[in-house]
Amino acid sequence: MIIKFFIKPRKGVLDPQGRAVAESLKSLGFESTNKVFVGRYVEVHIEETDRDKAREMAVDMAKKALVNDLIEDYEFEIVEG
Amino acid sequence: MRFGVAVYPGSNCDYDTYYVIRDILKKEVEFVDYRQTDLSKYDCIVVPGGFSFGDYLRPGAIASHTPLTWALRNFAEKGKFVVGICNGFQILTEAHLLPGALLPNNHGKFVCKHQFLRVENNQTVFTRKFSPGQVVIMPIAHHDGNYFVDEETLKEMEENGQIILRYCDMEGNVSYKANPNGSVSNIAGVCNKGKNVFGLMPHPERACEPILGSFDGLLFLQSILREA
Repeated sequence: MIIKFFIKPRKGVLDPQGRAVAESLKSLGFESTNKVFVGRYVEVHIEETDRDKAREMAVDMAKKALVNDLIEDYEFEIVEG
Repeated sequence: MRFGVAVYPGSNCDYDTYYVIRDILKKEVEFVDYRQTDLSKYDCIVVPGGFSFGDYLRPGAIASHTPLTWALRNFAEKGKFVVGICNGFQILTEAHLLPGALLPNNHGKFVCKHQFLRVENNQTVFTRKFSPGQVVIMPIAHHDGNYFVDEETLKEMEENGQIILRYCDMEGNVSYKANPNGSVSNIAGVCNKGKNVFGLMPHPERACEPILGSFDGLLFLQSILREA
């Protein structure tokens, strides 16, 4: 199975990278650009067939290593693979 | 008093720190590998600056899950001294040995310059050689030095005297203009509740000899010695 983590700066936390990209998009003519958040994508391949166990593992991985919940929010999805 | 200087893959201020302790402070010091777990012979571990594990994931994140950092938790619980400088500060926050987190600088650029700092609490083992509110100058060099902590924790830290250093101007004014990275409340250095773990973004080890333009950094290390 594959766990796909989408990590982005937590709401209210300054994201200078996102801000710079937003300005850049606007200067390219994408004037309707409102906000940009630049985050991280992490893909973890695991030897697990039980979806619930994989889900549990994903939350644990996020908590222990992949995400700093003081400054980041995350979502994940689990796909076969 | 015996010092250890932590060495992770990607640490790059380890030799500077080692040199200052051995040649200027004239104290016993050893490098401590990131796989080492026995810290019984040390009284103080300095976690130096650099880019441990290439800053992968988040600065300090991977280093916070190494055998040495796990051992540092027990070491700190025993009341021994831990100092984290720059990337070392990032490692200690990721390891939850210090509150808060270090975000990318608000202007998105690496900042490298001499910076004025105000000593906010001189009643700690790390700052006893300073006078209250003393303004010092030390180099800063970082991309992720924007200290962040939620309001509630900040209030608690202020009440406990955990704010050790703030960015300021030459006269000691803590202002937005004097803030080099967007840190909450101009914070440059903090300690834990037990006041035996200290982290700071500026580099005291680069400010220990007159030839380097400042020797204010030496006062931190001399403060620790006085305590021992």
